[in-house]
Amino acid sequence: MRVYADNAATTKLSPAAKEAMLPYFDEIYGNPSTLYTLGQEAAEHLLACRTEIAQLIGAADPREIVFTSGGSEADNQAIISAARNGARKGKKHLISTKFEHHAVLHTLDKLRKEGFDVTLLDVHENGVVRVEDVAAAIREDTALVSVMFANNEIGTVQPIEAIGALCREWGIPFHTDAVQAIGHVPVNVQEMNIDLLSCSAHKFHGPRGVGFLYARRGIPLTNIIEGGAQERGKRGGTENTPAIAGMAAALREAVDHMAENTEKVTRLREALIAGLSTIEHARLNGDREQRVPGTVNFCFEGIEGESLLLLLDRKGIAASSGSACTSGSLDPSHVLLAIGLPHEVAHGSLRLSVGEYNTDEEMTYIVDNVRQVVAYLRSISPVWDELETGARPHLI
Amino acid sequence: MALYSEKVMDHFENPRNVGKMPDADGIGEVGNAKCGDIMRMYIKVDNGIISDVKFNTFGCGSAIASSSMATEMIKGKPIEEALTLSNKAVVEALDGLPAQKIHCSVLAEEAVKAAVKDYYDKNGIAYDAALFAEHDCAACHGG
Repeated sequence: MRVYADNAATTKLSPAAKEAMLPYFDEIYGNPSTLYTLGQEAAEHLLACRTEIAQLIGAADPREIVFTSGGSEADNQAIISAARNGARKGKKHLISTKFEHHAVLHTLDKLRKEGFDVTLLDVHENGVVRVEDVAAAIREDTALVSVMFANNEIGTVQPIEAIGALCREWGIPFHTDAVQAIGHVPVNVQEMNIDLLSCSAHKFHGPRGVGFLYARRGIPLTNIIEGGAQERGKRGGTENTPAIAGMAAALREAVDHMAENTEKVTRLREALIAGLSTIEHARLNGDREQRVPGTVNFCFEGIEGESLLLLLDRKGIAASSGSACTSGSLDPSHVLLAIGLPHEVAHGSLRLSVGEYNTDEEMTYIVDNVRQVVAYLRSISPVWDELETGARPHLI
Repeated sequence: MALYSEKVMDHFENPRNVGKMPDADGIGEVGNAKCGDIMRMYIKVDNGIISDVKFNTFGCGSAIASSSMATEMIKGKPIEEALTLSNKAVVEALDGLPAQKIHCSVLAEEAVKAAVKDYYDKNGIAYDAALFAEHDCAACHGG
């Protein structure tokens, strides 16, 4: 059996999205910036996609949507824009959290080197930012608050509406990286007091290489990509019309089916949590309730995540881990460290992210195989040996 | 291309000489859980020959494969020969390791040496301490 359980990394293109993309490759292939019919047809569809996306996220105006190459570019542009806008008014303090995506953290690092003061908030053991922590960090010179909508590794959903309301009160622009949330949980930028929002299409069965930045009217944007007058001058480069068409179709489909998908995917997730919880010295990471439907993150004591992934791959299961060996760095996942896990526990993490294309049968297969592989790796692990003989205390 | 060679995957999935050895003559343990890999190696010595060897490893696929390969390479060999086992030889025997995984082979070399050192210490055998340099975590990860 082959089971794809890494939907937080990327998703399969949906048939509807694929269908929507096809005409823009070789039929309506004109450049939307041209004046002849072929180009204007493409321009019309681009506007239709922009209008549809604006409506699907509750934006007031299609002009608030800027198409980008994906979530990372949108994060970069949102944060740099807010920082520049603040700096012009002498405000150089930026607030975010310790468990953001690197597209946010590394952009903040860059700004810190330029002289901005960056506060990264704790996310606590349950992986949820507290509104009172945001309130306590706000200063007269705060130029931006950026808090992700849902965490990519542990799936916890943040109190976005409340943080947005707080920022509104203070007149501080509020950005949210909603890459893991859009298409999976309800998102409404106006109701949730969001000023800037980043989105990536391939997390909800759209194509990769495309996303958008929502920027509320009145928030000036700084270009990341200089070029032509595309995107009202805020993002140079000929529009990726097939990908944008696919993104709009995928988002429409995800929003239209959100209720039924949530019900199904939550059921699958609960089966995983229930099954994996029966493995001894395993723990679910992140708040039990406040999470996106499909993401589950577990730590298994005494084993290392990469070897777990490799053996699961041999069983046909595609998953991910926050171990150092899979992150390509010395340290395990910054997200798992941010929620207070010790290094040795964080090395043994497994993220399973399921979607509406998965089945109940696959969940049973995953649980059975994870149980077997964990038992095998523990049987050859000196750490597990020490845990079992009492030479080393169990941490979970 | 796959991350690992067929040889690495074979030793990872079907590790040789895996297990514990209650009556070991020397036990060496290197690495630490914080870094994400620990190897423990057990040796049995008869007349200066490593007659049996076992290992336990906590770590990634290449750490498990490197330990397995190292045990095969020293089993049945005189102790002096086991001490000449280099991480490079382990890497070659595995048909290569990705650059960021070379430290796993370094750990395997050190685990063998640590087991021999333990054997020497337990039996009051004199040795040149320079043979058993302390592991420098930063050196192998730094790359």
